[in-house]
Amino acid sequence: MKDFIIPTSKDMDMGTPASKSTEMVTLTIDGFDVTVPEGTSVMRASAEAGIPVPKLCATDSVEAFGSCRLCVVEIEGRRGTPASCTTPVTPGMIVKTQSSKVKKIRKGVMELYISDHPLDCLTCAANGDCELQDMAGMVGLRDVRYEAVANHFEARNSSGDVNTQFIPKDDSNPYFTYDPAKCIVCSRCVRACEEVQGTFALTIEGMGFNSRVSAGAAGDDFLSSDCVSCGACVQAWPTATLQEKSVIEMGTPERSVITTCAYCGVGCSFKAELNGDELVRMVPYKHGEANRGHSCVKGRFAWGYANHSDRILNPMIRDKITDPWQEVSWDEAISYTAKRLRDLQAKHGVKSIGGITSSRCTNEETYLVQKMIRSTFGNNNTDTCARVCHSPTGYGLKTTFGTSAGTQNFDSVEETDVVVIIGANPTDGHPVFASRLKKRLRAGAKLIVIDPRRTDIVKSAHIEAQHHLPLLPGTNVAVLSSIAHVIVTEGLMDEEFIRTRCDWDEFAHYAEFISDPRHSPEATAMLTGVNANELRAAAKLFATGGNGSIYYGLGVTEHSQGSTTVMAIANLAMMTGNLGKNGVGVNPLRGQNNVQGACDMGSFPHELPGYRHVSDDATREVFEAIWGGKIDPEPGLRIPNMLDAAVDGTFKGLYCQGEDILQSDPDTKHVQAGLAAMDCVIVHDLFLNETANYAHVFLPGSTFLEKDGTFTNAERRINRVRKVMAPKNGYADWEITMMLANAMDSNWTYTHPSQVMDEIAATTPGFANVNYEMLETRGSVQWPCNDDKPDGSPIMHVDGFARGKGQFIITEYVATDEKTGPRFPLLLTTGRILSQYNVGAQTRRTENVVWHEEDVLEIHPHDAEVRGIRDGQYVRLASRAGETQLRAQITDRVSTGVVYTTFHHPDTQANVITTDYSDWATNCPEYKVTAVQVALSNGPSEWQEDYNAQAEQSRRILPAAE
Amino acid sequence: MSPEKMTRMANQIATFFESQPVSDQAESVAAHLKEFWEPRMLEKLAKHLQSGGEGLSPLALEASKRVTA
Ligand code: SF4
Ligand code: SF4
Ligand code: SF4
Ligand code: FES
Repeated sequence: MKDFIIPTSKDMDMGTPASKSTEMVTLTIDGFDVTVPEGTSVMRASAEAGIPVPKLCATDSVEAFGSCRLCVVEIEGRRGTPASCTTPVTPGMIVKTQSSKVKKIRKGVMELYISDHPLDCLTCAANGDCELQDMAGMVGLRDVRYEAVANHFEARNSSGDVNTQFIPKDDSNPYFTYDPAKCIVCSRCVRACEEVQGTFALTIEGMGFNSRVSAGAAGDDFLSSDCVSCGACVQAWPTATLQEKSVIEMGTPERSVITTCAYCGVGCSFKAELNGDELVRMVPYKHGEANRGHSCVKGRFAWGYANHSDRILNPMIRDKITDPWQEVSWDEAISYTAKRLRDLQAKHGVKSIGGITSSRCTNEETYLVQKMIRSTFGNNNTDTCARVCHSPTGYGLKTTFGTSAGTQNFDSVEETDVVVIIGANPTDGHPVFASRLKKRLRAGAKLIVIDPRRTDIVKSAHIEAQHHLPLLPGTNVAVLSSIAHVIVTEGLMDEEFIRTRCDWDEFAHYAEFISDPRHSPEATAMLTGVNANELRAAAKLFATGGNGSIYYGLGVTEHSQGSTTVMAIANLAMMTGNLGKNGVGVNPLRGQNNVQGACDMGSFPHELPGYRHVSDDATREVFEAIWGGKIDPEPGLRIPNMLDAAVDGTFKGLYCQGEDILQSDPDTKHVQAGLAAMDCVIVHDLFLNETANYAHVFLPGSTFLEKDGTFTNAERRINRVRKVMAPKNGYADWEITMMLANAMDSNWTYTHPSQVMDEIAATTPGFANVNYEMLETRGSVQWPCNDDKPDGSPIMHVDGFARGKGQFIITEYVATDEKTGPRFPLLLTTGRILSQYNVGAQTRRTENVVWHEEDVLEIHPHDAEVRGIRDGQYVRLASRAGETQLRAQITDRVSTGVVYTTFHHPDTQANVITTDYSDWATNCPEYKVTAVQVALSNGPSEWQEDYNAQAEQSRRILPAAE
Repeated sequence: MSPEKMTRMANQIATFFESQPVSDQAESVAAHLKEFWEPRMLEKLAKHLQSGGEGLSPLALEASKRVTA
């Protein structure tokens, strides 16, 4: 299949943002009739008619500003020459974009700019990709009459004195440079940082000739400022002032391929821009429906891991994990693996092996892994890392609504009035969504944050949450029940919605339960630590403030009551009628890029693709007809159960694709014991990850740049991943799985992932109409997409719930067994930060480490003081599961009694501390609550030392035998 | 899997259904176990029952009996 190269016209900068109006206006531009929505600028109307007007300070990602006056036009009946970017169209307007008058003005403007700009185009990094250059050509500038007496671009003036106006290049950001000498003060970067990203890191300082762009406060450079390196300013820049370092190094790219970011669940679309097969830069794609042209530091810049020298490119095997690795050919590795797995099954039974699918791999790859396990291995021992993040979402939403999917698209946030964020930290975890949310908040939507920490979204530039409810970790259900209590007892529910869309008797029963005084905010305050008045006010705001939407993350699911919390969220949305339209809904923010897809594709041990239980005969028959053979009707083992069974001696072999369970799963020691008890662990990954320390076979994986496929993001959007270069390891991951399955006597004959998608469509009703051809023309589609919904489903449950009537569930608060006491008096909760991703295997191998080179422990000043801990000191963090050592960071973002850390670095291994407690319904581990003690430390813990010694021993590689 | 871990998991499920307004709570717990527990986990549960079912809450005990019967 041919790569999809976008036609340049679709990518054209239209100058100003599109108007959302449905009223149309017709005008005449240079003699042509043009019809555009009301509110469109003359500049955009003209561009739509195919007549681009010269411009410098306007770009379609930000509102027009009208400062450069290059875009002047003549309008009949109006005096002067208005700027087309700031002039809205009116019916019957007659515009002339070319006349001797405007030409003269434009030339004059350009002349002024160029007189204060170095004329080194030929050696400039932006050569060929510079709007200043383009505009000089467009207006026909041939000579510059002024000699710049004072300028910004020469370090010394003609008499050799230092030019005080000259500011040297700022190289501090690892990915782009800021060269003030080339700045034309169009303020596009400043507006992009404000309007698109919402960080407000840049300002224009000074006036007139002295005005300069500045990052942060005086004395700050880009790195020390608030800049989060999202790249929005680099994207908006018209010249070489803000330039990717990769372009400076490699030159301007010559071709581009549209693909999807492989980091988080936002699923941003990017243009991968290349020279030959060398990736030069990733640029957010403006027609990407999840990101609308925006990006974050990870997707935009942190792709260097793909070429990192740590990447393993040859398959390796070994008999025992104490042996060094032996490089072998693909053939040998595959047949060795197949034999070892079959031998284990012969000796210990069909169910003694299993596999883990990856939420980082494509839908097609995931589908094939679970297919191999179910049909080639012959059991249902398949699971995915979604087990440890969003499995409670699956259970909770399926029970209440009838399907486990999030209800909205990201665009929906533009119409929301009150946003509730629970247990999510979108500015770090889902940055592009956070930017879109912040834009809406700046426009007046209200915000309620329920989180133990004062996350950035609670208070940042021009945003302040109306209510922050800093609850104690583990009390989500109590807080949400209290909110429901207030809504029900004060009669603020949407009775009509409940009567028509849910079962009224069921609701009446629920209302009786929730109205009990034990759920009142005053009664729960003791246990949750949340101020009752604040909670009441928040509840009223949510119920009465217009469109209410709830966004949540792993702070909801990773608890022993994770599933109950999800159902409590669903209850709130139903009782306030906040479902089935724009601006509302229940929105799980998925962690990894393809968590949604991994769940859809039947990764869970009890469910075939499309969320159908393995015990359902009709469903099994559908797959048996295509796969041949019988499918086991009993559920298989979930990840924690696999490890338990391994320790018990009944589970012996594991194929682990693109996951690092040793680092990412809780209670590291237990995971270690489980892996060590297995006879054949196969790690299929880019790097020798932590799990590989216990592996017998290593199959090198391919990056998202090296294969075709699809990812499904948090809004159920199926996005194409396109191969932009050949796999460095020789094969795409789907091919490797196929080789293994075929070595175990399957007879698969796929030649392209599109055929796998066709099989998915043929077997899974929600995907019935999805195929690559359609994705090629539409760009992306949100499932369900079938004959009922040929255009996909941006919003779910519009006319009724998937299960018919929405179901209210009684949500009794049950305290977790993980309790603080004299030995472990503090509660540890975990999370992540913007620049690192999950276990960090990728981001740690990029320049992103300048922002986060180690995991630190956030601790409240009071808790630190009583322990004699000062900022930056090493502390020992211990729980009943284990202990580790890391640096303390003293901050009042966390409350007293609560400490917080991230899990991006294996040498800290926060998961040595976390316990094996889990969600009651799904076994999703309780990462977010662990009772701990913190004390000053005097060196790495014994465990850390042993671990590092084992890891070093285990990573030895012998070269291939000649 | 240690018997303590298994009974804790079974009890957690029972605790949830104990609060639900369903006609037969034990049946709901049993159904949940059947839906999500792999046969060798159920086998372990059966063994644990035979040796007295120590640590199981009354509802978990009743459900375990039904699911392993
Ligand atoms: S840095 Fe670039 S985008 Fe920003 S004001 Fe200067 S020329 Fe414009
Ligand atoms: S990279 Fe992003 S955050 Fe940093 S200055 Fe540019 S727009 Fe602002
Ligand atoms: S927000 Fe997520 S999907 Fe988008 S660029 Fe960042 S990491 Fe990638
Ligand atoms: S582009 Fe319109 S004034 Fe600059």
